Amino acid sequence: MDISLLRQLAEARGVSGNEAEVRDLLARVVRPKVDGLRADTMGNLIAYKKATSDHKMVVMLASHMDEVGLMVVGADSSGYLRFQPVGGIDPRVLPAKRVLVGKDRLPGVIGVKPVHLTSPSERQNVLKVEDLYIDIGAKNKDEALTAAPLGEFVSFDTPFTCLQGCTGNGMAPRGRVSAKALDDRAGCFVLASLLDMALPCDLYAVFTVQEEIGMRGARTAAYTINPTVAFALEGTVCDDAPREEDLSPTTRMSAGPAITVADASFIADRRLVTLLTDAGDACGIPYQLKQPNIGGTDSGAIHLQREGIPSAAVGVPCRYIHSPESVMDLSDLDNTIRLMQAALTRLPETWA
Amino acid sequence: MKDTLRKLAEAFGPSGREERVRDIIRQEIEGLVDEVQVDAMGNLLAVKRAPGKRVLITAHMDEIGIIVTHVDTNGYLRFSSIGGLSPITLIGSRVRFADGTVGTINVEKLDDPTKVPDMAKMYIDVGTLDGQAGPIRVGDIGCMDRSLVEQAGVFVAKALDDRAGCAAVIEALRRLQKLRNEAWFVFTTQEEVGLRGATTASYRVDPQVAIAVDVTLTGDTPKAPPMAVSLGKGAAIKVRDGGMLAHPGLKDLIVRRAQEAGIPHQLEVLERGTTDACAMQLTRAGVPAGAISVPCRYVHTASEMVSSADLDAVSSLIVAVLENEIEL
Repeated sequence: MDISLLRQLAEARGVSGNEAEVRDLLARVVRPKVDGLRADTMGNLIAYKKATSDHKMVVMLASHMDEVGLMVVGADSSGYLRFQPVGGIDPRVLPAKRVLVGKDRLPGVIGVKPVHLTSPSERQNVLKVEDLYIDIGAKNKDEALTAAPLGEFVSFDTPFTCLQGCTGNGMAPRGRVSAKALDDRAGCFVLASLLDMALPCDLYAVFTVQEEIGMRGARTAAYTINPTVAFALEGTVCDDAPREEDLSPTTRMSAGPAITVADASFIADRRLVTLLTDAGDACGIPYQLKQPNIGGTDSGAIHLQREGIPSAAVGVPCRYIHSPESVMDLSDLDNTIRLMQAALTRLPETWA
Repeated sequence: MKDTLRKLAEAFGPSGREERVRDIIRQEIEGLVDEVQVDAMGNLLAVKRAPGKRVLITAHMDEIGIIVTHVDTNGYLRFSSIGGLSPITLIGSRVRFADGTVGTINVEKLDDPTKVPDMAKMYIDVGTLDGQAGPIRVGDIGCMDRSLVEQAGVFVAKALDDRAGCAAVIEALRRLQKLRNEAWFVFTTQEEVGLRGATTASYRVDPQVAIAVDVTLTGDTPKAPPMAVSLGKGAAIKVRDGGMLAHPGLKDLIVRRAQEAGIPHQLEVLERGTTDACAMQLTRAGVPAGAISVPCRYVHTASEMVSSADLDAVSSLIVAVLENEIEL
């Protein structure tokens, strides 16, 4: 497993609508592995890889390049930038975080009043986005807006970090990493890795745009490709924090890839769910079923295109997603690649 | 129609698991149509060819249900809804899973028993004794468990939304004699979770006119929200609902056909909710779409109620539309 690629993917900046940096990186990485590569009007990166057999199935694999972030919407006379979220962000995760603003990667910090000055009642309240601001060190409104005009994208500034005991390189990756944007650079990594493999179905590997703001890229890409079946590859919710009651987390870390049965955006095709679980059982790859009805993926848009596209979704459990820093187990990442490889290898025979 | 309706209403078929309903319908319409197809989303498409407009008539096969989200160490099942399920209707209800397992829904001890609890406080008990592994897994889907009752001209059953519509369309197919249009009867999937089957089926059929046959609410129960639709007063012709405005020309044409044929009818303005026609009218370059509805009390509960005379009127009206020219 090439940890350096994972690092580059996670540190690249790609807030929804501004995915160019991630796209350029993936294009460089993927080009030598595939038989065709192009970007479409929406900015999706579409790679085509021929099958090793003469099966006529066309499989679309989608992972989204975009991440949640912020956008500059104004500045005040003291030089503070006002912003709005792009994608779903809980305002509680924002105060005192480092960010990078605009093309020139201007460093900034989301300002917060020191504890000395806050009353006990203030400290009980969550600050609204409208009450927060980014400090890029500008002294007045002109200086702020010259450096960071309206509409500039803002990403979290989080270095990729190997946590204790983490070994990525070699045959059996283990241990955990922390990074921003693992939703969905984890999926991008899985997809790029699958393109190294010889598989018996024609593959369209689509690195999609604007998933976080409504699965917009996947919609048009699936219309164009019109595949036989489709899989969305995700970094998905993992909330296995300690809890008192006997209730399931959405997914558990280190328990393998999470297969979706149904979420808020689609009901997975039962044949594909069975394909995935059978592949896991046959090859001894751990997997879990994601708790139903939570979240959505590109599959929500893909399965409704044209005459309907049987779809499934497989996720790598990631803690703390949609925040500046998430945590993932490399064994889950590796097992997701292995499960998808095993499933795609069996797909043409089982689908016929 | 009664036997067909009973079979359909009692069948297991929450969104995503419509296969048994599909099998029943396939048998019921055998020999009545020229061709039958099943598409990628599981929709059943049945075409009866004739010169004239290509008309899409849909009724959805799926019903609301529950999906298991967690099995605890004592075998109790936590669940979430498939489609719009109201917690107030659930306690004491029975659910049935695909393998025939039946469970009863109950609720944790409540801090405030005067308030309707969230679904998160409820669980399904399938009778698993402590420590034993039960038959049901996370992701398994269940429907309400209720048999159909007929009395005093009404039917009471689960899933009349929209097996009543399915039965009315099948009955119309039986009655059709001189078809003047190319009719595509499509029994759709996943309506209750977002009109999903109709979205793709409509793309495939590429119709010139589309009509959904579904249930609608009524305003004739004690202190019901105002709505000018009553049980027993005939087929409801949709003017608008929460998701769509019916094509006015098509709506007028359906009204005209009802008047000509002396079919009891009423106009439907539904404040909340929508139906497959909402997705169908936005397909491709746009499709004139409307709906003929079966008035139904207690929609999305285990005891929905429709009138047998209304069902008859809906079937007659579908026939009257298809046996005449459709000029909008």
